[in-house]
Formats: sequence, structure tokens, C-alpha cells
Amino acid sequence: MDAVLKNLPYLLGGFLTNLQLAAFALGGGISLGALVGLGRISKRPWVYYPVTLYVNFLRNIPLILVIFWFFFVMPILVGKTMDPFVSAAVSFVVFEATYFGEIFRAGFQSISKDLVSAAYSTGLTYRQTAAYILVPIAVKRMLPSLITQSIITFQDTSLAYVIGLQEMVRRTTIVDSLEVRSVQLYTFVAILFFVICFVGSRISLHYEEKSRKAKVL
Amino acid sequence: MIEIKNVSKWFGEFQVLADVNEVVQRGQKVVICGPSGSGKSTLLRCINGLEPYQKGEIIVDGVSLSDPKTNLYKLREKLGMVFQRFELYPHMTVLRNITLAPMKVRKKSRQEAEKKAMELLDRVGIPDKAGAYPANLSGGQQQRVAIARALAMEPACMMFDEPTSALDPEMIQEVLEVMIGLAKEGMTMLVVTHEMGFAREVADEIIFMDAGRIIERGRGDEFFKNPKSQRTKDFLGQILK
Repeated sequence: MDAVLKNLPYLLGGFLTNLQLAAFALGGGISLGALVGLGRISKRPWVYYPVTLYVNFLRNIPLILVIFWFFFVMPILVGKTMDPFVSAAVSFVVFEATYFGEIFRAGFQSISKDLVSAAYSTGLTYRQTAAYILVPIAVKRMLPSLITQSIITFQDTSLAYVIGLQEMVRRTTIVDSLEVRSVQLYTFVAILFFVICFVGSRISLHYEEKSRKAKVL
Repeated sequence: MIEIKNVSKWFGEFQVLADVNEVVQRGQKVVICGPSGSGKSTLLRCINGLEPYQKGEIIVDGVSLSDPKTNLYKLREKLGMVFQRFELYPHMTVLRNITLAPMKVRKKSRQEAEKKAMELLDRVGIPDKAGAYPANLSGGQQQRVAIARALAMEPACMMFDEPTSALDPEMIQEVLEVMIGLAKEGMTMLVVTHEMGFAREVADEIIFMDAGRIIERGRGDEFFKNPKSQRTKDFLGQILK
């Protein structure tokens, strides 16, 4: 454990970057995903088709390519070099929103047409109905899937090492090149990821049980 | 209050409404009956702007629904609607179900909205259920909350779409009593129902629809005793057995 302990602050500093990136990816990805989900059930063709194209396109591309693409192409479009963290955060939001969007779509489709009519019949607008009825019900019903996708997103933040982001995996490779303690270093990283994700999946399971028992929705 | 002029509607090739004409005056109670698929529910949904129609015109309180400038959201505030399967918001308490629209649409304060909601719950007979979730209520209780939710917007007309057909027999009466109470207070009502006892008691006019058309219309007793068309006779024969 000597190599790990000696470099612990440095490694955990990298882990903090993973957490920060995940926070952006999840905050942005879930918010945008809710809008994407609304777009996917829209009856307006000029909303439905572009959103569907966006979702189908990104869901059929590896995440790592999206990360590269934003890192190399955005500077050309924007006209200045991009910070790897900003670039990675944008890639994750845009990519994860398509997955969260499909989860939201399934949630919205589980809501009866008459329930929406009932909301409209009290004078609520489309926006109000989406904000107070559709999204909250979809979140409750799809909570296990949302948590599972969040765990996947968190694991995927380590992919940002390919554009040189100083996250934990990146820093581990740096430490390993100096210390040459591959087994203990990578085992440590694996355990850290495992603990966070395992706790997450337990939480998801707990909610699944709870909602099944309560049958509230 | 509501004028329906030559309204026709198609779902693709299938005609659901054919030249429907009807006028509902303020304070009038109109009961619509007819076999399933005859267009009764669709007619209510058209009046509320929840479904488009292809021909004719519907005018609510002087405002035409066909006019593209009409704000449907504003118009729906005047029309309360109660559905067959209650359609309460499952993630909100009974109180929240009732106060949501008054707070968000009318911008009432929470205090004001809750006071009004409690009055309405009192009126429908379940003030003790304010904090409960819809899933924990019986069908009859849920439907009474749905009525309270619609009344909270102080609509000029209440529309009911088969409000008792999803209920167990012993719960039908409690909902009908609330509806009869409303009728006696002078509420304008448009009710799709097969509860002929209710129709006899409150209806100023009964309409019989079949295949998207109004086949017959009449006043209470006259409608039941001397139906003019054979189709109406057959239908009444079936449901009054």
C-alpha cells in the first residue's frame, strides 16, 4: 500500500475531479434529458424529428468518440482552445441527456392521456403540466432506471482521461509510471469506484422495493 | 353558455361526430346518453378544446374555439371536467390536487387556496382526507376529490364524462349526491352518464347519441315514456331493464 498512501492526496484530488464532472454530467444530463423526453413525445413534427435524430445519432456513437469530438472540434467552432474539464462536461451533458431522455420518455408514456387532459381542464398550461405533473411522476416511476444510469455516468467520467483531464485514472497512470506499482494502484482505484457504485445500486434497489410496496404510483 | 353548431369530427376515415347541434343555456343541466363509441366523450373533449374538430363551430361564453386567436388555456378555466377514471395526480396529496391550479393559474396564495380547498372537501363530505394520497382513497372518494378539484377553479359549467361508470355500485350514490347538490345550486352541467335516475331527477334536457349523431332529445319524463325513435327505445330498453 506504500505507493497508494504516499500519493493519496494526489489520487483523491483526481477522484474529486471525477465527482465534479459527474455532478455536472448528472445535473445537466438529467435536466436536458427531461426536455429531450418531452420532445420525444411531442406531437409537433418540428420538435419531434430533430430531437429524435439527435437521440438516435448520439446513442449509436461511443462516448469516447463524443469526448474526442468536442475536445478537437469545439475549439475550431468556438475559436479558442477549451479547458479539458469544460469540454468533458459539455460532452457528458450532451451524451447522457439522450440516455436520460429515453428514460423520461418511457416515464411520460406511462402517464394516461386523461390525466394530462385533467390537468389541462383546470387551466394549467403545457409548461405547468410538464413541470408539476409529467416530470415529477416520471421521476418517481423511473427512479431505479435514473439511478442506474447515474451510476453508469459516474463510471464513465474516467473516460475523460483520454483528453488529458486530471481525473483519478489519469493520475493513477502518472503515479504508476513513477512508482511502478500497477497492481496495488489500479486495485485501489477499482475499489474506490466499486464502493461508490455499489452503494448507489443498493440505494436504487431500496427505492425499487419501496415503490413496489407502496404502490403509490 | 355553450353553443355547438354543425360540428363534425373524423378520426382518419372514421366519423365520430356528425353535424352535432346543441345549445346549453346558463344554469341548464343536459344529460347525454348513448351506446359506447357514439361520440359522447369526444363531444365533451371538443368543447374543452382537448380535441380538434374539422367542421362546424363551438362557442363557449361568446368565445369561438375555431378562432386560432382563442386562448384555450383561459377558456378551460371556465369549464370544469370530471373523468371516468378520476385522474387525480398520484404524487400529490388530496389538498395539493385541489390547490395546484388555483395557485398556479389564478396565482392565489397557498393560504387562500387551501381555505377554499377545505371548504370544497367539506362540501363533498371528506374533509378528513385532505392529507391522504389518491391511492389510499376509495373510488367514490377519489371521484369526489376530482369534483372538488374542478370546482376549485370556480367554473361556469361542469362537464362529467361517465363519472360513475368506474365505480363499485355502493359508491355510485355518494358521487351522484354531490352532483345533485351541484345541480340544485344552479350549476350549468353537461353530463355523460347512463344513470337514468339521475337524468330523471336533474336533467332539463336529455340527449341520445348514436354513431356520432344526436338521434333524439327530450325533457325528463317525456324522453323515457315516449321515445320517438326505435334506436332510442332499444337503448332505453337495455339500460332500464
